Amino acid sequence: MRISKRDSISAGKAWAIRGGALLLSLILCGLIIFAIVKLNPVKVYEAMFDGAFGTKRRAWVTIRDTMMLLCIGIGLAPAFKMKFWNVGAEGQILVGGIVTAGIMIKLGASMSTPVLLIVMAVASLAAGALWGIIPAVFKSSWGTNETLFTLMMNYIAIQLTSFCVALWENPYGSNTVGVINQKTHAGWFPSVLGQTYGLNVLLVMALAIGMFFYLRSSKQGYEIGVVGSSENTARYAGINVAKVTVRTMAISGAICGMAGFLAVAGSSHTISTSTAGGRGFTAIIVAWLAKFNTFVMILISLLLVFLEKGSIEIASRYQLNDFAAQMITGIILFFILGSEFFINYQVHVNRHKK
Amino acid sequence: MESVSVNAVRMRNITKTFGPVAANSKVNLDIKQGEILSLLGENGSGKTTLMNMLAGIYYPDDGQIFVGEREVSIPSPKDAFSLGIGMIHQHFKLVDVFTAAENITLGLPEKGKLDLKAVSAKIQEICDRYGFDVNPAQKIYDMSVSQKQTVEIVKVLYRGADILILDEPTAVLTPQETNRLFDVLRNMRADGKSIIIITHKLHEVMDISDRVAVLRKGEYIGEVKTGDTNPQKLTDMMVGRAVSLNIDRPAPKIRNRRLAVKDLNVVTAEGVHALKDVSFDVFGGEILGIAGISGSGQKELLEAIAGLQRTQADSHIIYYPPGPEEAIAGQHTPLESTNEELIGKTPRQIHNIGVSLAFVPEDRLGMGMVDNMGMVDNMMLKTYRVGKGPFVDRKPPKALAEKILTDLTVVTPGINTPVRRLSGGNVQKVLVGREIASNPTLLMTAYAVRGLDIHTSYTIYHLLNEQKAKGVAVMFVGEDLDVLLELCDRILVLCAGQVNGIVDARSITKEEVGLLMTNLQEKTTRDTKEVS
Repeated sequence: MRISKRDSISAGKAWAIRGGALLLSLILCGLIIFAIVKLNPVKVYEAMFDGAFGTKRRAWVTIRDTMMLLCIGIGLAPAFKMKFWNVGAEGQILVGGIVTAGIMIKLGASMSTPVLLIVMAVASLAAGALWGIIPAVFKSSWGTNETLFTLMMNYIAIQLTSFCVALWENPYGSNTVGVINQKTHAGWFPSVLGQTYGLNVLLVMALAIGMFFYLRSSKQGYEIGVVGSSENTARYAGINVAKVTVRTMAISGAICGMAGFLAVAGSSHTISTSTAGGRGFTAIIVAWLAKFNTFVMILISLLLVFLEKGSIEIASRYQLNDFAAQMITGIILFFILGSEFFINYQVHVNRHKK
Repeated sequence: MESVSVNAVRMRNITKTFGPVAANSKVNLDIKQGEILSLLGENGSGKTTLMNMLAGIYYPDDGQIFVGEREVSIPSPKDAFSLGIGMIHQHFKLVDVFTAAENITLGLPEKGKLDLKAVSAKIQEICDRYGFDVNPAQKIYDMSVSQKQTVEIVKVLYRGADILILDEPTAVLTPQETNRLFDVLRNMRADGKSIIIITHKLHEVMDISDRVAVLRKGEYIGEVKTGDTNPQKLTDMMVGRAVSLNIDRPAPKIRNRRLAVKDLNVVTAEGVHALKDVSFDVFGGEILGIAGISGSGQKELLEAIAGLQRTQADSHIIYYPPGPEEAIAGQHTPLESTNEELIGKTPRQIHNIGVSLAFVPEDRLGMGMVDNMGMVDNMMLKTYRVGKGPFVDRKPPKALAEKILTDLTVVTPGINTPVRRLSGGNVQKVLVGREIASNPTLLMTAYAVRGLDIHTSYTIYHLLNEQKAKGVAVMFVGEDLDVLLELCDRILVLCAGQVNGIVDARSITKEEVGLLMTNLQEKTTRDTKEVS
């Protein structure tokens, strides 16, 4: 048996491989479910679907979480396209969330909600940008490793969040911030078009469209592509690599910071160290699988959130252990990620006589 | 060599395809014992692919390989070694921080502790037998290119290879080193080894080989005894039609000074004095060749002019714009009335003051182009800022890409196919095409024809001559002395980062240039050698 790299593959064939992988993973999960817990796999899948889309409220929660994940993915896309390994989205989300929560608490009573929302959005963008710029400046000035640096920045952000939670504790002694402005709803996202999470969808969709054209058609997007491919080529072309690096990380961090604004003002209305909840890492999968195409990211974010909601549902409905549900998610993800191998490579079987 | 010779290897009906492209199609090739066979063909004719199948790197889709009388299957390089086949690749595969002896024994299935003494003794024996010179305890990073190549050859012989494949072994060697390599190859032939050598240099083919086999577009065209042929016949066989082998060298017409380099000093980040007191003039309408052993400061020199290299204090590179009467005067908008200092300016600033400088760097994909972008996006690498607004206009680069595609007959699946998927020759055509399209007044090329076949090389020479005729100052860093002597008007020889002579290319001999490349002269004698 030999493996060789494919030269190219038609889009149709690639999607057929991905679809096949999804189908295979469902079959394998079905077999495992049946073998271990003797449940009808079709029922289990139905329950998963129920968990994500069973009621109108559930469907909107799924959409809200999809938007959150998508927003972070969009933020990571320019950094990764520049081959700047930003694994600091968690921290960037948290600092965006902290300033949002802080403004809600301190200024919630002093201005109207539209003004408050704008102030919070700007502040969260700035905080995230700052968190992104710091490792970028260090990398372009002293050649530090951005993976370690952005990762460390996460821990600083987590500590900072703990500190703020203690500072804004409500009620006293609970060690949580509680729901901010529960009575006044000051700084909460208003419903748009009759939907509680309508504004989340509008904001993130606008970002998705904007980022798509920014990366594909703008001069700055082109610079990002050149720097990501080869810094030498960029210098040869007269591109200021340090400037592009810092600018791109400012954008990347700002969008992740805005995800923190969405999380706090647009959904949970509170802040805790688990506000980011690992989504800063999950979004790395979103960005890479979509090859930085923000429209493909929508599908992948939806799939990931669907799997998450579905597995929670089956775990509770069938009194399955949490891990059983996670196993199913794991198998499905494994197949989908694994299918990329068969898209990039071809397996030949030699029928060769000795 | 007229005795009845035994076939060491027979390849029969070998076919290998990559996607839709047939790299080899039903190729037959025989290698006899105790002969040197030249494998000849243009870029992309499938020479390296064919040899890689013999060395176990690729596996044929169809066909048979016989070693001796036995049909064999070679699924890996290890199997190739066990059959006595070893290949010396164009790009060496050595571990830099290991010694020669460690590299040579690396991966051998010997049990127990490595007995470096025994290994060294065996290496010495091989060296004595064929006339090599290797210090087993020397680290690879301390070695010259030619020494590294020797280690590669010894590595293959150490593993008991009887059939050696060398892929363009002379591309990186000086004439003297090439002669030494050929002596060694002749010793090996006398010892009964079979040697296959891939090279583009026809005089070397004539010099070293017993037989020549020619491939064209993946097909086997035929073979001839070297004694019965000549370079012209071989070229015609390779290209499939008659091709002129003379490089044009029109006399310079307008000869205005374009660039004055004065006391240029460059010290690298490692503290090495890469360029020392380099001074010379470049003139419009002539091709200035730059010769030297690789790593003598060629890269630093061109990059210093392009604004990519940090230079020492008191270095000067003065640019003299073409006069208004010159055809290429064009869009030059001088900021100062007379001439401009390029030192201390970034590539962007050099461009902004109106210096139209084209640069074809040695590292084509790593510096001259963006490897994962297509032709269109590569066309706008230096011009993407043109126009107002935040968005790029892909129409002009697309038109330029299409023009270069047809004018220079670039072979690519599409103008948006990533350029890294193009063959070396096509990558170079795209790069040179783009640089010339920028209407330069100064054109610098580094190893412009390295790895290119004869046909593409002549296309490049022709393009350079066209620029020269327009009054462009052309700097041509080259490694093939025959080409430098035929193409250039003057040749600047670099030796250890210093100008070791600027000579008239029409009157000097290859041996004299070779000597200047290797023997640094006293400053006084050097000055008298200069001709203007």
